[in-house]
Amino acid sequence: MFRIDFNKLRFLVCDDNPHMRRILRTLLHSFGAREVYESEDGATALEMYSHYVPDIVITDWSMPIFDGLELAQMIRQPESKGNPFAPIIMLTGHSEKRRVTVARDAGVTEFLAKPISAKGLYQRILNVVANPRPFIKTKTYFGPDRRRNTANAYIGPERRIGGEVEVLQQPSLLDKARTSV
Amino acid sequence: MAKDKSSTVQIQTYADHHVITQPNPLRKVLRRVAEKDLDDPVARAEKALAGLSGEFKNWMAAEADRLAAAHAAVLRDGFTKATREELFRAAHDIKGDAATFGFPSAGATAESLCRIIEHAPDLDKVPSDLIAHHINAIQAIVRERTKLDTASMASELSRQLRGVADEYLADVNRDRPEHLEAILAPSIVPAE
Repeated sequence: MFRIDFNKLRFLVCDDNPHMRRILRTLLHSFGAREVYESEDGATALEMYSHYVPDIVITDWSMPIFDGLELAQMIRQPESKGNPFAPIIMLTGHSEKRRVTVARDAGVTEFLAKPISAKGLYQRILNVVANPRPFIKTKTYFGPDRRRNTANAYIGPERRIGGEVEVLQQPSLLDKARTSV
Repeated sequence: MAKDKSSTVQIQTYADHHVITQPNPLRKVLRRVAEKDLDDPVARAEKALAGLSGEFKNWMAAEADRLAAAHAAVLRDGFTKATREELFRAAHDIKGDAATFGFPSAGATAESLCRIIEHAPDLDKVPSDLIAHHINAIQAIVRERTKLDTASMASELSRQLRGVADEYLADVNRDRPEHLEAILAPSIVPAE
């Protein structure tokens, strides 16, 4: 059985609702987190993301001006100086399946529908810490592999094509982002 | 924080995509514990949340006041981009927060209101009573919660409003299949 050392994790929480931020802060501190940075809008969150280099981002979707979806899209810029790989947990009142698909296509790692529960939040955090997915870069997408089913039996029109042609090794972008801070 | 200096990114290049794998940078925050480990972070967090619950009624009242103010702005100025967005956001916050605050029926009523705002083709043509009844129901559920027998009444009120709203939305979206599909699709949130 595994536990997370929350005191070694740095969180960025973005929600325009102060009550929800308080609840999230309470839950994360109870889990053992010490570093929880908070933002009430996406634009400030993006600045804080670059400044604090959080390990995990938890964001609401619906916010004025610059929402959580746009925040995810801005973080998932493969050419940016920051870390484009940080896990993003979208915590939202949206509860329709099509919203999950839209969030997934913006590069969100996990989706957690409100109402929030301690168990639900813990499980999402455990999942992004213990089971990170490889990242996929295509012409139109950069983010965690959207296919959680690892079976290769799918042969439909959206099947990725092409055999493996080369494998490149380069320094971790996460380390690069951290050393540039 | 969780940092592994020796990590490298591996990029596998295919015809139409790249697969980028890096050693798990958060691996070091995981620690193995015995099955009998008594520390339960979830129970600890639930206890801390319960400690906050004394504030929930005031928080819910503040959310309901915000919704009422947003509705008043709609009545005063009509549905503009700003008034529509504020009404939606106020309802959407209640939809997401109310169950946590102990007002699940207020959350369900707010969800029904969100669906009206999101899927009605023309908000100016939505019967004003339909929106007003949702707002009033949420106010009543929040105000009257402490009285006996209100939980079942609140639940019934919420269910009835949702039925009326869904019937209206199904009718006005009969020629808009993408909205109709969204209206009829089940929620991903498990039922209570």
